[in-house]
Amino acid sequence: MSFEPKIVGFFCNWCSYAAADLAGTSRKKYAPNVRVIRIMCSGRVDERLISKAFTMGADGVLVCGCLPGDCHYVKGNLSARRRITGLRPFFDAIGIGGDRLRLEWISASDGPKVAETVNSFTERIKQLGPSPFNRRQDEH
Amino acid sequence: MASVRSHESIELMTYSEVVEVSGYVGNFKAKIRKKPRYVDEDKCTGCGVCQEKCPYKADSEFDVGLGSRKAIFTPFPQAVPNVPVIDPDHCAYFLRNKCRACEKFCEAGAIDFEQTEKFVEVDVGSIIITTGFDSFDPSPIVQYGYGIYDNVYTGLQFERMSNASGPTGGKLQLRDGSQPKSVAILHCVGSRDINYHEYCSRVCCMYSLKFSHIIREKIPDAEIYQFYIDLRCFGKGYEEFYNRIQREGVNFIRGRAAEVTDLAETLEEEGKLIVLCEDTLIGRQRRIPVDMVVLSSALEPRADVMETARMFSLSRTADGFFLERHPKMDPVATMTDGIFIAGCCQGPKDIPDTVAQASAAAARVLSMISKGEVEIEAATSVVDEELCSGCKICIELCPYTAISFDEEKKIASINEALCKGCGTCAAACPSGAITSKHFTTQQMMAQIEGVLV
Repeated sequence: MSFEPKIVGFFCNWCSYAAADLAGTSRKKYAPNVRVIRIMCSGRVDERLISKAFTMGADGVLVCGCLPGDCHYVKGNLSARRRITGLRPFFDAIGIGGDRLRLEWISASDGPKVAETVNSFTERIKQLGPSPFNRRQDEH
Repeated sequence: MASVRSHESIELMTYSEVVEVSGYVGNFKAKIRKKPRYVDEDKCTGCGVCQEKCPYKADSEFDVGLGSRKAIFTPFPQAVPNVPVIDPDHCAYFLRNKCRACEKFCEAGAIDFEQTEKFVEVDVGSIIITTGFDSFDPSPIVQYGYGIYDNVYTGLQFERMSNASGPTGGKLQLRDGSQPKSVAILHCVGSRDINYHEYCSRVCCMYSLKFSHIIREKIPDAEIYQFYIDLRCFGKGYEEFYNRIQREGVNFIRGRAAEVTDLAETLEEEGKLIVLCEDTLIGRQRRIPVDMVVLSSALEPRADVMETARMFSLSRTADGFFLERHPKMDPVATMTDGIFIAGCCQGPKDIPDTVAQASAAAARVLSMISKGEVEIEAATSVVDEELCSGCKICIELCPYTAISFDEEKKIASINEALCKGCGTCAAACPSGAITSKHFTTQQMMAQIEGVLV
Protein backbone atom coordinates (compact mmCIF):
# COMPACT_ATOMS: atom_id res chain seq x y z
CA MET A 1 0.00 0.00 0.00
CA SER A 2 1.33 3.43 -0.84
CA PHE A 3 2.33 5.74 1.96
CA GLU A 4 -0.36 8.24 2.92
CA PRO A 5 1.16 10.75 5.31
CA LYS A 6 -0.67 12.20 8.27
CA ILE A 7 -0.18 15.90 8.48
CA VAL A 8 -1.38 18.26 11.19
CA GLY A 9 -2.28 21.73 9.99
CA PHE A 10 -2.50 24.70 12.34
CA PHE A 11 -4.55 27.31 10.50
CA CYS A 12 -5.15 30.76 11.90
CA ASN A 13 -8.78 31.72 12.32
CA TRP A 14 -8.72 34.91 10.27
CA CYS A 15 -6.75 34.20 7.11
CA SER A 16 -5.78 30.60 6.48
CA TYR A 17 -8.86 29.01 8.04
CA ALA A 18 -11.08 31.41 6.13
CA ALA A 19 -9.08 30.61 2.99
CA ALA A 20 -9.58 26.90 3.60
CA ASP A 21 -13.31 27.60 3.92
CA LEU A 22 -13.17 29.48 0.66
CA ALA A 23 -11.26 26.64 -1.00
CA GLY A 24 -14.12 24.41 0.09
CA THR A 25 -16.91 26.64 -1.13
CA SER A 26 -15.12 27.22 -4.43
CA ARG A 27 -14.84 23.42 -4.81
CA LYS A 28 -11.08 23.17 -4.95
CA LYS A 29 -9.71 19.66 -4.77
CA TYR A 30 -6.71 18.95 -2.61
CA ALA A 31 -5.00 16.10 -0.79
CA PRO A 32 -6.97 14.80 2.21
CA ASN A 33 -3.83 14.25 4.28
CA VAL A 34 -3.86 17.52 6.22
CA ARG A 35 -6.04 17.53 9.33
CA VAL A 36 -6.71 21.11 10.23
CA ILE A 37 -6.78 22.50 13.75
CA ARG A 38 -8.13 26.01 14.08
CA ILE A 39 -6.19 28.45 16.22
CA MET A 40 -6.83 32.14 16.69
CA CYS A 41 -3.39 33.17 15.46
CA SER A 42 -0.36 31.39 14.06
CA GLY A 43 1.50 33.02 16.95
CA ARG A 44 -0.29 30.59 19.28
CA VAL A 45 1.64 27.62 17.87
CA ASP A 46 4.54 26.72 20.11
CA GLU A 47 7.16 23.98 20.34
CA ARG A 48 4.96 21.92 22.68
CA LEU A 49 2.15 21.64 20.17
CA ILE A 50 4.47 20.81 17.28
CA SER A 51 6.44 18.23 19.29
CA LYS A 52 3.19 16.73 20.49
CA ALA A 53 2.01 16.34 16.90
CA PHE A 54 5.24 14.59 15.90
CA THR A 55 5.27 12.30 18.93
CA MET A 56 1.66 11.38 18.29
CA GLY A 57 2.66 10.19 14.84
CA ALA A 58 2.32 13.10 12.48
CA ASP A 59 4.52 12.92 9.41
CA GLY A 60 4.45 16.66 8.92
CA VAL A 61 3.21 19.85 10.53
CA LEU A 62 1.90 22.74 8.46
CA VAL A 63 1.43 26.11 10.11
CA CYS A 64 -0.47 28.72 8.14
CA GLY A 65 -0.87 32.37 9.05
CA CYS A 66 -1.79 35.69 7.52
CA LEU A 67 0.52 37.53 5.18
CA PRO A 68 2.99 39.81 6.95
CA GLY A 69 1.29 43.14 7.62
CA ASP A 70 -2.10 41.49 7.29
CA CYS A 71 -2.22 39.73 10.67
CA HIS A 72 -5.41 40.39 12.62
CA TYR A 73 -3.29 40.56 15.73
CA VAL A 74 -0.86 42.98 14.08
CA LYS A 75 2.30 40.84 14.39
CA GLY A 76 1.43 37.37 15.75
CA ASN A 77 2.44 35.79 12.46
CA LEU A 78 5.89 37.32 12.76
CA SER A 79 6.29 35.65 16.18
CA ALA A 80 5.30 32.39 14.49
CA ARG A 81 7.91 32.92 11.83
CA ARG A 82 10.68 33.49 14.36
CA ARG A 83 9.61 30.48 16.37
CA ILE A 84 9.42 28.14 13.41
CA THR A 85 12.69 29.32 11.92
CA GLY A 86 14.25 28.57 15.29
CA LEU A 87 12.57 25.17 15.65
CA ARG A 88 13.60 23.78 12.29
CA PRO A 89 17.28 23.15 13.22
CA PHE A 90 16.02 21.53 16.43
CA PHE A 91 13.90 19.01 14.55
CA ASP A 92 16.84 18.42 12.21
CA ALA A 93 19.05 17.71 15.19
CA ILE A 94 16.73 15.22 16.85
CA GLY A 95 16.31 13.32 13.61
CA ILE A 96 12.75 14.21 12.64
CA GLY A 97 13.88 16.63 9.95
CA GLY A 98 13.17 20.34 9.74
CA ASP A 99 11.61 19.83 6.31
CA ARG A 100 8.64 18.19 7.97
CA LEU A 101 7.71 21.54 9.47
CA ARG A 102 6.46 24.22 7.14
CA LEU A 103 5.11 27.74 7.60
CA GLU A 104 3.05 29.38 4.88
CA TRP A 105 1.27 32.70 4.56
CA ILE A 106 -2.20 32.43 3.07
CA SER A 107 -4.53 35.39 2.86
CA ALA A 108 -8.25 35.00 3.52
CA SER A 109 -9.11 35.58 -0.13
CA ASP A 110 -6.63 33.02 -1.44
CA GLY A 111 -8.51 29.72 -1.54
CA PRO A 112 -6.44 28.27 -4.40
CA LYS A 113 -3.26 28.74 -2.36
CA VAL A 114 -4.61 26.40 0.35
CA ALA A 115 -5.00 23.66 -2.23
CA GLU A 116 -1.60 24.42 -3.69
CA THR A 117 0.15 24.46 -0.31
CA VAL A 118 -1.54 21.30 0.96
CA ASN A 119 -0.75 19.45 -2.25
CA SER A 120 2.87 20.48 -2.45
CA PHE A 121 3.51 19.78 1.25
CA THR A 122 1.85 16.35 1.03
CA GLU A 123 4.00 15.61 -2.00
CA ARG A 124 7.12 16.66 -0.10
CA ILE A 125 6.26 14.48 2.91
CA LYS A 126 5.62 11.56 0.59
CA GLN A 127 9.13 12.02 -0.76
CA LEU A 128 10.55 12.13 2.77
CA GLY A 129 8.68 9.00 3.78
CA PRO A 130 7.13 8.25 7.16
CA SER A 131 8.38 10.16 10.16
CA PRO A 132 11.06 8.33 12.23
CA PHE A 133 8.51 7.87 15.01
CA ASN A 134 6.23 5.92 12.72
CA ARG A 135 9.07 3.91 11.20
CA ARG A 136 10.07 2.55 14.57
CA GLN A 137 6.51 1.42 15.20
CA ASP A 138 6.50 -0.47 11.89
CA GLU A 139 9.74 -2.31 12.71
CA HIS A 140 8.40 -3.73 15.96
CA MET B 1 -18.67 71.78 9.27
CA ALA B 2 -19.94 75.10 10.54
CA SER B 3 -22.79 73.45 12.43
CA VAL B 4 -20.40 70.88 13.87
CA ARG B 5 -18.22 73.67 15.15
CA SER B 6 -21.10 75.52 16.76
CA HIS B 7 -22.53 72.37 18.38
CA GLU B 8 -22.24 72.59 22.14
CA SER B 9 -21.15 68.97 22.69
CA ILE B 10 -18.60 68.86 19.90
CA GLU B 11 -15.13 70.25 20.21
CA LEU B 12 -13.62 70.70 16.79
CA MET B 13 -9.83 70.77 16.63
CA THR B 14 -8.57 71.88 13.25
CA TYR B 15 -4.93 72.11 12.22
CA SER B 16 -4.15 69.48 14.85
CA GLU B 17 -3.03 65.90 14.75
CA VAL B 18 -3.04 62.93 17.07
CA VAL B 19 0.49 61.94 17.99
CA GLU B 20 -0.05 59.23 20.56
CA VAL B 21 -2.88 56.95 21.65
CA SER B 22 -2.95 54.66 24.63
CA GLY B 23 -5.61 52.86 26.65
CA TYR B 24 -8.52 50.73 25.59
CA VAL B 25 -12.20 50.94 24.78
CA GLY B 26 -13.89 53.40 27.11
CA ASN B 27 -10.57 54.68 28.39
CA PHE B 28 -8.48 55.96 25.52
CA LYS B 29 -5.99 58.73 26.09
CA ALA B 30 -5.07 60.70 23.02
CA LYS B 31 -2.23 63.18 22.83
CA ILE B 32 -2.96 65.85 20.24
CA ARG B 33 -0.54 68.33 18.70
CA LYS B 34 -2.07 71.69 17.90
CA LYS B 35 0.06 73.27 15.24
CA PRO B 36 0.67 77.00 15.49
CA ARG B 37 -1.43 79.05 13.07
CA TYR B 38 0.24 82.33 14.12
CA VAL B 39 -3.26 83.81 14.21
CA ASP B 40 -5.26 84.05 17.43
CA GLU B 41 -8.51 82.16 16.79
CA ASP B 42 -10.41 84.05 19.47
CA LYS B 43 -9.46 87.52 18.22
CA CYS B 44 -9.66 86.94 14.44
CA THR B 45 -12.88 88.15 12.85
CA GLY B 46 -12.18 86.51 9.49
CA CYS B 47 -12.30 89.83 7.61
CA GLY B 48 -9.59 88.71 5.21
CA VAL B 49 -7.65 91.98 5.06
CA CYS B 50 -4.41 90.19 5.95
CA GLN B 51 -4.76 88.00 2.86
CA GLU B 52 -5.26 91.07 0.68
CA LYS B 53 -2.23 92.87 2.07
CA CYS B 54 0.20 89.95 2.20
CA PRO B 55 2.75 90.53 -0.59
CA TYR B 56 3.98 86.94 -0.89
CA LYS B 57 2.44 84.20 -2.97
CA ALA B 58 2.68 80.43 -3.17
CA ASP B 59 0.98 77.69 -5.19
CA SER B 60 -2.43 76.90 -3.79
CA GLU B 61 -2.69 73.31 -2.52
CA PHE B 62 -6.46 73.45 -2.79
CA ASP B 63 -6.30 74.47 -6.45
CA VAL B 64 -3.77 71.69 -7.13
CA GLY B 65 -1.20 74.08 -8.55
CA LEU B 66 -3.60 75.89 -10.90
CA GLY B 67 -3.91 78.99 -8.76
CA SER B 68 -1.97 80.78 -6.08
CA ARG B 69 -2.58 81.78 -2.51
CA LYS B 70 -0.87 84.20 -0.15
CA ALA B 71 1.60 83.31 2.60
CA ILE B 72 -1.28 83.97 5.02
CA PHE B 73 -4.37 82.20 3.78
CA THR B 74 -7.51 80.23 4.46
CA PRO B 75 -7.14 76.90 2.69
CA PHE B 76 -10.47 77.19 0.88
CA PRO B 77 -13.46 79.54 0.95
CA GLN B 78 -15.72 77.45 3.19
CA ALA B 79 -12.94 76.48 5.63
CA VAL B 80 -14.04 76.10 9.23
CA PRO B 81 -13.05 78.00 11.30
CA ASN B 82 -12.78 81.01 9.02
CA VAL B 83 -9.38 81.90 10.44
CA PRO B 84 -6.31 82.20 8.22
CA VAL B 85 -3.03 80.45 8.85
CA ILE B 86 0.50 81.65 8.16
CA ASP B 87 2.68 79.34 6.09
CA PRO B 88 6.19 79.69 7.61
CA ASP B 89 7.80 78.27 4.45
CA HIS B 90 6.65 81.27 2.41
CA CYS B 91 6.19 84.07 4.96
CA ALA B 92 8.91 86.74 4.73
CA TYR B 93 8.89 87.23 8.49
CA PHE B 94 9.85 83.60 9.10
CA LEU B 95 12.30 83.50 6.20
CA ARG B 96 14.00 86.91 6.46
CA ASN B 97 12.64 88.40 9.68
CA LYS B 98 10.84 91.34 8.03
CA CYS B 99 7.51 92.45 6.48
CA ARG B 100 4.82 91.83 9.19
CA ALA B 101 2.32 93.50 6.84
CA CYS B 102 -0.52 91.33 8.09
CA GLU B 103 0.16 92.40 11.66
CA LYS B 104 0.04 96.08 10.71
CA PHE B 105 -3.28 95.82 8.89
CA CYS B 106 -5.05 93.45 11.30
CA GLU B 107 -7.55 95.59 13.15
CA ALA B 108 -8.32 92.89 15.65
CA GLY B 109 -4.65 92.43 16.54
CA ALA B 110 -5.00 88.71 16.01
CA ILE B 111 -1.60 88.04 14.40
CA ASP B 112 0.73 86.38 16.88
CA PHE B 113 4.15 85.37 15.55
CA GLU B 114 5.11 83.99 18.96
CA GLN B 115 2.71 81.02 18.86
CA THR B 116 4.29 77.61 19.33
CA GLU B 117 2.85 74.14 18.99
CA LYS B 118 0.78 72.98 21.92
CA PHE B 119 0.06 69.49 23.15
CA VAL B 120 -3.22 68.56 24.73
CA GLU B 121 -4.28 65.27 26.23
CA VAL B 122 -7.88 64.20 26.03
CA ASP B 123 -9.72 61.23 27.51
CA VAL B 124 -12.05 59.59 25.02
CA GLY B 125 -14.20 56.48 25.04
CA SER B 126 -14.06 55.60 21.38
CA ILE B 127 -12.32 56.76 18.24
CA ILE B 128 -13.59 57.10 14.67
CA ILE B 129 -10.90 57.29 12.01
CA THR B 130 -11.85 59.15 8.84
CA THR B 131 -8.48 60.07 7.35
CA GLY B 132 -9.66 59.78 3.75
CA PHE B 133 -7.51 59.22 0.70
CA ASP B 134 -4.81 60.75 -1.45
CA SER B 135 -5.31 61.35 -5.14
CA PHE B 136 -2.95 59.24 -7.23
CA ASP B 137 -0.20 61.28 -8.87
CA PRO B 138 -0.23 60.19 -12.53
CA SER B 139 3.26 61.49 -13.39
CA PRO B 140 4.87 58.00 -13.05
CA ILE B 141 2.68 56.90 -15.98
CA VAL B 142 4.91 58.77 -18.43
CA GLN B 143 2.97 57.66 -21.52
CA TYR B 144 0.04 59.84 -20.41
CA GLY B 145 2.30 62.88 -20.31
CA TYR B 146 1.08 64.41 -17.05
CA GLY B 147 3.65 67.02 -16.10
CA ILE B 148 5.15 66.83 -19.60
CA TYR B 149 2.35 68.30 -21.74
CA ASP B 150 0.71 71.48 -20.48
CA ASN B 151 -2.84 70.49 -21.25
CA VAL B 152 -2.95 67.17 -19.46
CA TYR B 153 -4.87 67.66 -16.22
CA THR B 154 -5.90 65.41 -13.37
CA GLY B 155 -9.55 65.05 -12.47
CA LEU B 156 -9.06 67.16 -9.37
CA GLN B 157 -7.47 69.98 -11.38
CA PHE B 158 -10.36 69.91 -13.83
CA GLU B 159 -12.77 69.98 -10.91
CA ARG B 160 -11.13 73.13 -9.57
CA MET B 161 -11.15 74.70 -13.02
CA SER B 162 -14.86 74.05 -13.45
CA ASN B 163 -15.66 75.52 -10.04
CA ALA B 164 -17.11 79.04 -10.08
CA SER B 165 -14.89 80.10 -7.17
CA GLY B 166 -11.88 78.29 -8.63
CA PRO B 167 -8.69 79.71 -10.15
CA THR B 168 -10.32 80.42 -13.55
CA GLY B 169 -13.67 81.48 -12.15
CA GLY B 170 -15.33 78.45 -13.67
CA LYS B 171 -13.99 79.01 -17.18
CA LEU B 172 -12.69 75.89 -18.89
CA GLN B 173 -9.45 76.90 -20.54
CA LEU B 174 -6.13 75.62 -21.77
CA ARG B 175 -2.85 76.85 -20.31
CA ASP B 176 -2.69 79.62 -22.94
CA GLY B 177 -6.13 80.87 -21.92
CA SER B 178 -7.99 79.64 -25.01
CA GLN B 179 -11.09 77.48 -24.93
CA PRO B 180 -10.68 73.76 -25.68
CA LYS B 181 -12.69 72.51 -28.64
CA SER B 182 -12.18 68.84 -27.85
CA VAL B 183 -11.51 67.02 -24.59
CA ALA B 184 -10.44 63.43 -23.89
CA ILE B 185 -11.24 61.90 -20.51
CA LEU B 186 -9.11 58.85 -19.65
CA HIS B 187 -10.60 56.44 -17.12
CA CYS B 188 -8.82 54.12 -14.68
CA VAL B 189 -5.55 56.04 -14.44
CA GLY B 190 -3.63 54.17 -11.77
CA SER B 191 -6.53 51.93 -10.84
CA ARG B 192 -7.46 48.52 -12.28
CA ASP B 193 -3.83 48.38 -13.35
CA ILE B 194 -1.46 45.74 -11.99
CA ASN B 195 1.44 48.20 -12.24
CA TYR B 196 -0.15 50.68 -9.81
CA HIS B 197 -3.36 49.77 -7.99
CA GLU B 198 -5.27 46.64 -8.78
CA TYR B 199 -8.52 47.79 -7.20
CA CYS B 200 -11.28 49.84 -8.80
CA SER B 201 -11.46 53.36 -7.38
CA ARG B 202 -15.24 53.32 -7.74
CA VAL B 203 -15.87 57.05 -8.09
CA CYS B 204 -13.98 57.87 -11.31
CA CYS B 205 -16.61 56.61 -13.78
CA MET B 206 -19.23 58.86 -12.28
CA TYR B 207 -17.08 61.96 -11.97
CA SER B 208 -15.82 61.45 -15.51
CA LEU B 209 -19.43 61.39 -16.71
CA LYS B 210 -20.07 64.51 -14.66
CA PHE B 211 -17.10 66.20 -16.33
CA SER B 212 -18.52 65.54 -19.78
CA HIS B 213 -21.81 67.02 -18.62
CA ILE B 214 -20.02 70.14 -17.37
CA ILE B 215 -18.04 70.47 -20.60
CA ARG B 216 -21.23 70.06 -22.67
CA GLU B 217 -22.88 72.77 -20.56
CA LYS B 218 -20.02 75.26 -20.76
CA ILE B 219 -18.82 74.57 -24.32
CA PRO B 220 -21.89 73.24 -26.21
CA ASP B 221 -20.05 72.42 -29.44
CA ALA B 222 -17.07 70.61 -27.85
CA GLU B 223 -16.14 67.10 -28.92
CA ILE B 224 -15.90 64.91 -25.81
CA TYR B 225 -14.26 61.47 -25.72
CA GLN B 226 -14.40 59.01 -22.85
CA PHE B 227 -11.81 56.19 -22.91
CA TYR B 228 -13.08 53.50 -20.60
CA ILE B 229 -12.56 49.82 -19.79
CA ASP B 230 -16.01 49.30 -18.29
CA LEU B 231 -18.43 51.92 -17.10
CA ARG B 232 -19.35 51.04 -13.57
CA CYS B 233 -22.48 53.06 -12.88
CA PHE B 234 -23.60 51.03 -9.90
CA GLY B 235 -25.46 53.45 -7.64
CA LYS B 236 -28.95 54.80 -7.39
CA GLY B 237 -29.72 56.95 -10.40
CA TYR B 238 -26.24 56.43 -11.86
CA GLU B 239 -27.26 54.34 -14.85
CA GLU B 240 -29.88 56.95 -15.72
CA PHE B 241 -27.21 59.63 -15.57
CA TYR B 242 -25.02 57.55 -17.90
CA ASN B 243 -27.89 57.29 -20.39
CA ARG B 244 -28.43 61.02 -20.20
CA ILE B 245 -24.73 61.68 -20.95
CA GLN B 246 -24.97 59.33 -23.93
CA ARG B 247 -27.94 61.34 -25.21
CA GLU B 248 -25.91 64.53 -24.82
CA GLY B 249 -23.62 63.29 -27.58
CA VAL B 250 -20.46 62.15 -25.84
CA ASN B 251 -18.17 59.71 -27.68
CA PHE B 252 -17.59 56.59 -25.62
CA ILE B 253 -14.57 54.59 -26.73
CA ARG B 254 -14.09 51.21 -25.08
CA GLY B 255 -10.38 50.73 -24.64
CA ARG B 256 -7.74 51.91 -22.23
CA ALA B 257 -5.80 54.76 -23.81
CA ALA B 258 -2.27 53.64 -24.65
CA GLU B 259 -0.52 56.95 -24.97
CA VAL B 260 -0.92 60.69 -25.14
CA THR B 261 1.52 62.30 -27.55
CA ASP B 262 2.11 65.58 -29.38
CA LEU B 263 3.82 63.97 -32.39
CA ALA B 264 1.48 64.85 -35.24
CA GLU B 265 1.19 62.62 -38.27
CA THR B 266 -1.33 64.64 -40.24
CA LEU B 267 -2.06 68.33 -40.67
CA GLU B 268 -5.17 68.28 -38.49
CA GLU B 269 -3.20 66.74 -35.60
CA GLU B 270 -0.75 69.65 -35.67
CA GLY B 271 -0.57 71.48 -32.31
CA LYS B 272 -2.89 69.04 -30.59
CA LEU B 273 -2.51 66.21 -28.15
CA ILE B 274 -3.17 62.86 -29.79
CA VAL B 275 -4.67 60.03 -27.76
CA LEU B 276 -3.66 56.61 -29.05
CA CYS B 277 -5.90 53.70 -28.23
CA GLU B 278 -7.36 50.48 -29.43
CA ASP B 279 -11.11 50.80 -29.85
CA THR B 280 -12.07 47.28 -28.79
CA LEU B 281 -15.63 47.62 -30.04
CA ILE B 282 -14.55 48.10 -33.65
CA GLY B 283 -11.25 46.26 -33.24
CA ARG B 284 -9.09 49.01 -34.64
CA GLN B 285 -6.23 51.27 -33.51
CA ARG B 286 -7.25 54.90 -33.38
CA ARG B 287 -5.54 58.27 -33.09
CA ILE B 288 -7.77 60.96 -31.69
CA PRO B 289 -6.52 64.57 -31.67
CA VAL B 290 -7.83 66.68 -28.77
CA ASP B 291 -7.03 69.99 -27.10
CA MET B 292 -7.27 68.85 -23.52
CA VAL B 293 -6.74 65.54 -21.71
CA VAL B 294 -8.25 64.84 -18.28
CA LEU B 295 -6.89 61.88 -16.33
CA SER B 296 -9.36 60.26 -13.91
CA SER B 297 -6.72 59.31 -11.39
CA ALA B 298 -7.14 56.67 -8.74
CA LEU B 299 -7.90 57.05 -5.06
CA GLU B 300 -5.07 55.70 -2.96
CA PRO B 301 -4.34 55.36 0.78
CA ARG B 302 -2.91 58.41 2.52
CA ALA B 303 0.87 58.78 2.35
CA ASP B 304 1.11 58.48 6.15
CA VAL B 305 -1.25 55.50 6.43
CA MET B 306 1.49 53.34 7.97
CA GLU B 307 2.01 55.68 10.91
CA THR B 308 -1.73 56.00 11.48
CA ALA B 309 -2.11 52.22 11.41
CA ARG B 310 0.68 51.81 13.91
CA MET B 311 -0.61 54.50 16.21
CA PHE B 312 -4.10 53.01 16.45
CA SER B 313 -3.02 49.33 16.10
CA LEU B 314 -5.01 48.93 12.89
CA SER B 315 -4.43 46.31 10.23
CA ARG B 316 -4.43 47.07 6.54
CA THR B 317 -5.57 45.11 3.52
CA ALA B 318 -3.18 44.28 0.70
CA ASP B 319 -4.19 47.48 -1.12
CA GLY B 320 -3.12 49.61 1.85
CA PHE B 321 -6.51 50.74 3.15
CA PHE B 322 -7.53 50.04 6.74
CA LEU B 323 -8.96 46.62 7.40
CA GLU B 324 -12.48 46.39 8.79
CA ARG B 325 -13.43 43.71 11.30
CA HIS B 326 -15.43 41.76 8.76
CA PRO B 327 -15.91 42.69 5.09
CA LYS B 328 -19.65 41.91 5.17
CA MET B 329 -20.88 41.62 8.73
CA ASP B 330 -18.89 44.43 10.32
CA PRO B 331 -17.52 46.96 7.81
CA VAL B 332 -17.36 49.81 10.33
CA ALA B 333 -15.49 48.40 13.33
CA THR B 334 -11.81 47.49 13.44
CA MET B 335 -10.03 44.70 15.25
CA THR B 336 -9.39 47.11 18.12
CA ASP B 337 -12.53 47.56 20.20
CA GLY B 338 -13.69 51.15 20.39
CA ILE B 339 -11.96 52.20 17.18
CA PHE B 340 -14.13 52.60 14.10
CA ILE B 341 -13.38 53.58 10.52
CA ALA B 342 -15.47 55.39 7.95
CA GLY B 343 -15.03 56.72 4.47
CA CYS B 344 -12.21 56.30 1.99
CA CYS B 345 -9.63 55.32 4.60
CA GLN B 346 -11.38 51.93 4.57
CA GLY B 347 -11.50 51.72 0.78
CA PRO B 348 -12.56 53.89 -2.15
CA LYS B 349 -16.20 54.91 -1.97
CA ASP B 350 -18.52 57.65 -3.09
CA ILE B 351 -20.34 60.24 -1.02
CA PRO B 352 -23.57 58.30 -0.23
CA ASP B 353 -21.57 55.28 0.91
CA THR B 354 -19.29 57.45 3.00
CA VAL B 355 -22.22 59.19 4.66
CA ALA B 356 -23.83 55.82 5.37
CA GLN B 357 -20.67 54.37 6.86
CA ALA B 358 -19.94 57.48 8.91
CA SER B 359 -23.49 57.52 10.29
CA ALA B 360 -23.11 53.85 11.17
CA ALA B 361 -19.84 54.54 12.97
CA ALA B 362 -21.44 57.39 14.91
CA ALA B 363 -24.41 55.19 15.81
CA ARG B 364 -22.10 52.43 17.03
CA VAL B 365 -20.27 54.87 19.27
CA LEU B 366 -23.54 56.32 20.60
CA SER B 367 -24.91 52.88 21.37
CA MET B 368 -21.79 52.12 23.37
CA ILE B 369 -22.11 55.39 25.25
CA SER B 370 -25.79 54.92 26.06
CA LYS B 371 -25.22 51.33 27.20
CA GLY B 372 -22.59 52.50 29.66
CA GLU B 373 -20.65 49.27 29.63
CA VAL B 374 -18.86 47.19 27.00
CA GLU B 375 -18.86 43.49 26.27
CA ILE B 376 -15.41 42.06 25.87
CA GLU B 377 -13.98 39.05 24.14
CA ALA B 378 -14.36 35.85 26.15
CA ALA B 379 -11.30 34.20 24.63
CA THR B 380 -8.62 36.14 26.46
CA SER B 381 -5.39 35.05 28.09
CA VAL B 382 -4.89 34.72 31.83
CA VAL B 383 -1.73 34.55 33.90
CA ASP B 384 -1.29 31.90 36.58
CA GLU B 385 0.23 33.97 39.37
CA GLU B 386 1.85 30.92 40.97
CA LEU B 387 3.73 29.93 37.82
CA CYS B 388 4.74 33.34 36.42
CA SER B 389 8.42 33.99 36.91
CA GLY B 390 8.23 37.61 35.83
CA CYS B 391 10.56 37.24 32.85
CA LYS B 392 8.60 39.89 30.83
CA ILE B 393 8.93 37.99 27.51
CA CYS B 394 5.16 38.20 26.97
CA ILE B 395 5.10 41.96 27.50
CA GLU B 396 7.35 42.55 24.50
CA LEU B 397 5.31 40.20 22.32
CA CYS B 398 1.79 41.47 22.95
CA PRO B 399 0.63 43.43 19.89
CA TYR B 400 -2.06 45.21 21.92
CA THR B 401 0.13 46.18 24.89
CA ALA B 402 -2.43 44.36 27.03
CA ILE B 403 0.20 42.89 29.33
CA SER B 404 1.82 44.98 32.01
CA PHE B 405 4.25 44.15 34.76
CA ASP B 406 2.94 44.20 38.29
CA GLU B 407 5.89 45.75 40.14
CA GLU B 408 4.55 44.72 43.51
CA LYS B 409 3.99 41.03 42.83
CA LYS B 410 6.79 40.89 40.21
CA ILE B 411 4.55 39.08 37.72
CA ALA B 412 2.85 39.87 34.44
CA SER B 413 -0.80 40.84 34.46
CA ILE B 414 -3.17 40.90 31.51
CA ASN B 415 -5.74 43.60 30.95
CA GLU B 416 -8.78 41.68 29.74
CA ALA B 417 -10.28 44.72 28.08
CA LEU B 418 -7.26 45.05 25.80
CA CYS B 419 -6.55 41.36 25.17
CA LYS B 420 -7.90 40.00 21.88
CA GLY B 421 -6.97 36.39 22.62
CA CYS B 422 -4.44 35.72 19.88
CA GLY B 423 -2.47 33.48 22.24
CA THR B 424 1.00 34.62 21.18
CA CYS B 425 1.89 35.16 24.84
CA ALA B 426 0.64 31.72 25.84
CA ALA B 427 2.87 30.16 23.22
CA ALA B 428 5.88 32.18 24.25
CA CYS B 429 5.63 31.82 28.05
CA PRO B 430 8.62 29.68 29.11
CA SER B 431 6.97 28.76 32.42
CA GLY B 432 3.66 27.84 30.85
CA ALA B 433 2.02 30.36 33.15
CA ILE B 434 -0.24 31.91 30.52
CA THR B 435 -3.34 30.11 29.37
CA SER B 436 -5.37 31.38 26.46
CA LYS B 437 -8.99 30.61 27.26
CA HIS B 438 -10.76 28.28 24.83
CA PHE B 439 -7.39 27.44 23.30
CA THR B 440 -5.63 26.01 26.34
CA THR B 441 -2.65 23.75 25.85
CA GLN B 442 -4.73 20.82 27.12
CA GLN B 443 -7.46 21.50 24.60
CA MET B 444 -4.96 21.83 21.77
CA MET B 445 -3.18 18.62 22.79
CA ALA B 446 -6.48 16.77 22.87
CA GLN B 447 -7.25 18.05 19.39
CA ILE B 448 -3.89 16.88 18.08
CA GLU B 449 -4.48 13.45 19.59
CA GLY B 450 -7.92 13.46 18.09
CA VAL B 451 -6.79 14.17 14.53
CA LEU B 452 -3.92 11.69 14.64
CA VAL B 453 -5.68 8.64 15.99
